[in-house]
Amino acid sequence: MASNEEILAGLAEIVNEETGLATEAVELDKSFTEDLDIDSISMMTIVVNAEEKFGVRIPDEEVKNLKTVGDAVSFIADAQA
Amino acid sequence: MARKVVITGLGATTPIGGDVPTMWNNALKGVSGARTLEDDWVAKYELPVHFAARASTPALDVLSRVEAKRMDPSTQFGVVAAREAWADSGITEVDHDRLAVAFATGIGGVWTLLDAWDTLREKGPRRVLPMTVPMLMPNGVAAAVSLDLGARAGAHTPVSACASGTEALHLGLDLIRSGKADVVVCGGAEAAIHPMPIAAFASMQALSRRNDDPEHASRPYDTGRDGFVMGEGAGALVIEAEEHALARGARIYGELAGTSVTADAYHITAPDPQGLGATRALKAAMFDGRIQPEEVVHVNAHATSTPVGDKPEYTALRAALGAHVDNVAVSATKSQMGHLLGASGAVEAVLTVLAVYERKAPVTINLENQDPEIPLDVVTKTARDLPSGNIVALSNSFGFGGHNAVIAVRSI
Repeated sequence: MASNEEILAGLAEIVNEETGLATEAVELDKSFTEDLDIDSISMMTIVVNAEEKFGVRIPDEEVKNLKTVGDAVSFIADAQA
Repeated sequence: MARKVVITGLGATTPIGGDVPTMWNNALKGVSGARTLEDDWVAKYELPVHFAARASTPALDVLSRVEAKRMDPSTQFGVVAAREAWADSGITEVDHDRLAVAFATGIGGVWTLLDAWDTLREKGPRRVLPMTVPMLMPNGVAAAVSLDLGARAGAHTPVSACASGTEALHLGLDLIRSGKADVVVCGGAEAAIHPMPIAAFASMQALSRRNDDPEHASRPYDTGRDGFVMGEGAGALVIEAEEHALARGARIYGELAGTSVTADAYHITAPDPQGLGATRALKAAMFDGRIQPEEVVHVNAHATSTPVGDKPEYTALRAALGAHVDNVAVSATKSQMGHLLGASGAVEAVLTVLAVYERKAPVTINLENQDPEIPLDVVTKTARDLPSGNIVALSNSFGFGGHNAVIAVRSI
């Protein structure tokens, strides 16, 4: 069970690995597409890596609802609960 | 009168140098890029061949980690070579709608394909990465070069096994002559030093088994030749309409005077023993470039070091050049860098262009006992000076499937 801070830090590492963005740039209120410029292929890679890292399942139909980093952190936290 | 096409930029990443100057210096010295493979998969799969010629500079030393992540290793090599060629051309402004790409591969994204298959079997479909398809597709390298340079006049991928890289220049020449483009980035890339292709090439008895002595395994024309050595890397050439190059004051290496492609229609892998398809290709390239046999001073031969492949090429050269073949300095550069498959024609084109420009023919190593049935004048031991004045050099490539491709480069 990870805290929201731990999930954010883990997600930031995954985003950095995929896109090269600095981990500090990955903040809760940032939009994946608008702010972080992440395309759909990178987003799917991030989702799959997050599933593996946090031991959760993020259904394909949920991915479009994960607009901000905060949305993803909340979804992962709920899925772990 | 067809548009004259010239070569203005060169790039390469190979087993004997990660850029053109390093490769060229080594090619003139005569070195071997073949080494014993340290990978654990050699023992794991009990491969019959334990060595290959890896690129001397890993692509990750040149590309950023993030950009490399979206490219198969073959595409990484192609982009490295294309960037060097582009920078070397000195082009600063170009009409991107008139800039095309013709970038070949023999096999394509074999690492990506087989890694994804392993992932599917071990972890299930969810773990198969979404970039898998664009990374494994054979046009991935042409597409990546097009994206990188903003080339919008088409991105083409000729695929003809080990003739692919040479066929890319044939296509590029056509694109400019027919007015579809003014500048074309041509090349070839391959990264197939993976256990499956090694097993498959070994299974057809195409690879040398000189496991205890990799550096002497690639020995074209030698009586002790027993197969080719797998290489990897990429070559790239910027070619452009002469008037386009002159208008920008470009440094011109030479003219891409003529090219040709023929097919044996004889056997799926064995070369026509009379070299008839290769002969027609040589004659067609010379006809295309209005070249007389007496103008030819140098040939970069296909010469892979297989027992059956080297001789028909000699037969074809004699048929196409006549008695003049005895006056031609022949270099078999696969002796140094192994066989780069779909990239070999592009890398050898770079060497051929430099041979004409620098007037030096590179060294063929490992030729100790020349096959008496192949009495060519092979450049061995030290590089050989080529004559001044108007000269022409040819480069041959032949591929499984009966593909033959030839380019002719004329001095400026």
